[in-house]
Amino acid sequence: MKLHEYQAKQIFARYNVSVPKGIHCHTAEAAQIAAEQIIAETSNPVVVVKAQIHAGGRGLGGGVKVIPGGPRQVFQVAEKMLGMQLITHQTGPEGQTVRRLYIEQGLAIKKELYLGLVIDREVGRIAVMASTEGGMNIEDVARLHPEKILTESIDPLIGMTAYEARKIAYKLRVGEGCPSPRTTTQRFVDLLQRVTVLFEREDCSLCEINPLVVTDMGNVLALDAKLDLDDNASRRHPEWGDLVDRTEEDPAELEARNAGLSYVSLDGDIGCLVNGAGLAMATMDIIKHYGGTPANFLDVGGGASREAVTKAFSMILSSSKVKGIFVNIFGGIMRCDVIAEGIIQATHQLDLKVPLVVRLAGTNVEKGQALLRESGLRIETANDMGEGARKIVAAIRSTAA
Amino acid sequence: MSVLVDKHTRVIVQGLTGSAGCFHARQCVAYGTLIVAGVTPGRGGELVDAVRPDGQAVGIPVYDTMSEAVTTTGADVSVIFVPAPGAADAILEAVDAKCRLVVCITEGVPVLDMVKVKRALVGSSTILIGPNCPGIITPGECKIGIMPGQIHLPGRIGVVSRSGTLTYEAVGQLTALGMGQSTCIGIGGDPVAGMDHVTALRLLNDDPNTDAILMIGEIGGNAEEKAAAFIRDHVKKPVAAFIAGVTAPSGKRMGHAGAIVSGGTGSAKDKIAALEAAGIKVAPTPADMATTLRSLMQARTQLAVGARPSTTEKPVNA
Repeated sequence: MKLHEYQAKQIFARYNVSVPKGIHCHTAEAAQIAAEQIIAETSNPVVVVKAQIHAGGRGLGGGVKVIPGGPRQVFQVAEKMLGMQLITHQTGPEGQTVRRLYIEQGLAIKKELYLGLVIDREVGRIAVMASTEGGMNIEDVARLHPEKILTESIDPLIGMTAYEARKIAYKLRVGEGCPSPRTTTQRFVDLLQRVTVLFEREDCSLCEINPLVVTDMGNVLALDAKLDLDDNASRRHPEWGDLVDRTEEDPAELEARNAGLSYVSLDGDIGCLVNGAGLAMATMDIIKHYGGTPANFLDVGGGASREAVTKAFSMILSSSKVKGIFVNIFGGIMRCDVIAEGIIQATHQLDLKVPLVVRLAGTNVEKGQALLRESGLRIETANDMGEGARKIVAAIRSTAA
Repeated sequence: MSVLVDKHTRVIVQGLTGSAGCFHARQCVAYGTLIVAGVTPGRGGELVDAVRPDGQAVGIPVYDTMSEAVTTTGADVSVIFVPAPGAADAILEAVDAKCRLVVCITEGVPVLDMVKVKRALVGSSTILIGPNCPGIITPGECKIGIMPGQIHLPGRIGVVSRSGTLTYEAVGQLTALGMGQSTCIGIGGDPVAGMDHVTALRLLNDDPNTDAILMIGEIGGNAEEKAAAFIRDHVKKPVAAFIAGVTAPSGKRMGHAGAIVSGGTGSAKDKIAALEAAGIKVAPTPADMATTLRSLMQARTQLAVGARPSTTEKPVNA
């Protein structure tokens, strides 16, 4: 689960991780009032207007504006930004609609650092990564200057120690040029330790502060904040329910998740219904191999009920981009007759207007095939997934021609 | 012999009285697995009925703790069906009870729970498979997990995979070609897990009853890249591979928690390139997993006997 910057900063503040003063708002009027308040509190006429979407790279896409001209100018900029389609390298070509803004105090920045916490899969620990190349895309830094990224692996029994944080602080020369280098270094060490505690207690899967800034006064603050939360831990965090922003999510993916299905929207025109994540991915791959393009990734799971299969098939049927459907099932716990019943049930409510190819294998395959045959639906069957993929790609070509 | 489990393996089911635990324990007993105990706190003293392949009914005794179950039965392998919030605790309990092998089927374990479990495994001799995996099977002898037993055939091909149903697909293809399996290990789709490809490959490579290996990977992480290096340096047996997710978009989690291309790493393209660079044959489509391995084995046999490569493929009736 992804959080907005303003939500992440609220969590940061709870852990005494310093963040600039900021106010979150939905309208240009509220943005103006927020700017007045921040300017009064900070005695600094400069504020920053930041679009809140669940994607990075906002600055380059025009979603972050430094405003020196006061509240009236903030109103004008906010009015333009709200409702715009913000396109960044993480949003996809259609962009994301801006519905929320964050108005933040301007800062006199001395240097910009990068700080990231991730799960290092290889060693199975939290890895803390830091770099002097703040503000840049860290993937580019990793590719072009891997030596500029420092990494510490955190022992889960001990947490991040002060000496590990100091090691990073001195290598990055955090305090250099500040009024009191020692104080600034200590602030950086405190921040690193607090963020690591936060990461663990809040069940994060990613925490990125890019940039982490050192101000002219030698303060250390998180200027940006990105937090991803581990969906698997949601049961022990009932408070996460309030953090979900449904407007940021693909409606189909949200609908599927509520039905217990794993679904990802894709750009193609062949709808897929598969059991199991690996087989679902492999089904997309084989469709592509034979010249088609998948419209979705859909895993109905290992032991889905007839209702879940019905729901899954209905979602595919009701999608306007779907020109053909490929059902690929290898029944283990999942029984082929349950799949067949779900397909038939769904076509009672929504007509089947596109070609359908079904490949069933495994548990109760004869029963499933018999049900489909007797249903009177126009279904092509396939004996293996290669044949199924070839048939659905051919069927779409012939309807297009 | 085979890898890790055989017809003498004695197994405890953690979470036996739950619906998933009970259903799959019965399936395992029906396959011939020696399930000798179950553990559910608060349910000690109950019996769960099951039927062996010979038709004999058995009652599996339930204990409150793993230590009691291990002491009483002498079993040294555990399989976990405990729901996700308690799964990490169940693994730690099995490690504490000195189980040799722990197979965690449970899906949805918080990743930071697994970080702690991994730390607890340092210095322990317990091997963990999973979580979020189908389990391990030595066909005809012992099935520990949720895979459909009937698609397997005893034989000499080792299979290791991060996926569940895609493994069934691969096994189904192998069986259809008459290529039986020595042991199939599903290592699971989570980002932080127990056994990785390399450990499984080492076991299968050292097993005298495994002639060739089929490895199935997917997007996310770099386990397949590490496996490629290991195979290049250490494995003399024929290895074929398939990597799922060539068409998966970057930044999207494809079902499995670990199946995500992020930060420029973990793409199927990179994995396939690493495998091919290490001389491993990668199946062009998921429908060709078994035929790819077969052609590799045939080529090796022909090389070994000095025969000229055959120009005609035998018809495949899959």
